[in-house]
Amino acid sequence: MSDPNLESPAAAKARRGRNILLALSLAAFVVIVFIITVVKKGGG
Amino acid sequence: MQGAQGRRTLSPVFVGNSHMIDHALPAADALPARWQDYLKLLKPKVMSLVVFTAVTGLVCARVPMNPVLAAVAILCIALGAGGAAALNMGYEGDIDALMRRTRARPVPAGRVQRQDALGLGVALSLFSVGIMGLAINVLAAALLAFTIFFNAVIYTLWLKRRTPQNIVIGGLAGALPPAVGWAAASGTAPLGAWLLVAIVFFWTPPHFWALSLYTREDYAKAGVPMMPVVRGAASTRRQILAYSLILAPLGLAPAFTGLGGPAYLAAAAGGGLILLILAARLAASRAGEAPGERRRDDALYDVKASSAPARNLFAFSILYLFCLFGALLYERWAGLAPLGFGR
Repeated sequence: MSDPNLESPAAAKARRGRNILLALSLAAFVVIVFIITVVKKGGG
Repeated sequence: MQGAQGRRTLSPVFVGNSHMIDHALPAADALPARWQDYLKLLKPKVMSLVVFTAVTGLVCARVPMNPVLAAVAILCIALGAGGAAALNMGYEGDIDALMRRTRARPVPAGRVQRQDALGLGVALSLFSVGIMGLAINVLAAALLAFTIFFNAVIYTLWLKRRTPQNIVIGGLAGALPPAVGWAAASGTAPLGAWLLVAIVFFWTPPHFWALSLYTREDYAKAGVPMMPVVRGAASTRRQILAYSLILAPLGLAPAFTGLGGPAYLAAAAGGGLILLILAARLAASRAGEAPGERRRDDALYDVKASSAPARNLFAFSILYLFCLFGALLYERWAGLAPLGFGR
């Protein structure tokens, strides 16, 4: 009998997708701030 | 937290915040939230229209702008619109669940928790306004912040459930992006920017009321006082015609203020004429009076013949706005000079 508290495969897959999106969003934030800094410091 | 997680839906945004666990749906009801659900919270179609009108404002300012900073400004406007949409969906999950057009959205469907949607909305709003202020200028950031505030607080929290003028006044939030784009490019918001705002503002009532004529049963069931629900179909059709009579000449105005050129004048004249014809046909019809005017729950355009005039105006209004702003963009891209009237 399976443990009702265990995460289902579908839930695990969905959670993995959400975490990847969050990681990409954070990376994009860092890249955006970096690019803005370069452009502003360069007088652009 | 791990033991309580089970098959519940947990947003990555709130993992680690134990107080949020209480708001997760029970296992029997919850479906796993996919990353696509969080994108749906941002209303990508609305976002694309916001970006389109904001880009037009930015380009019409005719101020040279670093392309990277221009892209950042557009990104901020897009994410600001997305944040406002997430706040809207988070707050309106209860009425979205009652309407056929919206009940499959992530919050009413139970895939995303209301608090997660609100948290995403707040995060995106703060991010977009903050970056706009730091990277572009204070005026653009202030206008963007006001747009989000107006959408989330004035429209969603205050007006939508209280008055049939909800989309008229609240429409200002959807109308402001051209001014935000203009301010991002130039640091100012002159009359030309507000003319574009006025066009979208007066476009909103004919657009939304035409749709609500054949979706009014949903609004009535959800207790949303849309104009056809409160004042009836005949009054709504007359008001649509009245706003169209303002919108069509207003749409011509940029051609006489040094903003639009010959392509714009042609689009505004031709589009305005068709808009008036469709609005007059709608006013003369009985659209919105028969029950069950939509053939399918999930379709916006598949309606019975009696509602075809409303559907036609709703569909054309989108094309009309696209043509007006598209003509301005085309003229800048093609290097066509604005008409000399009034300059």
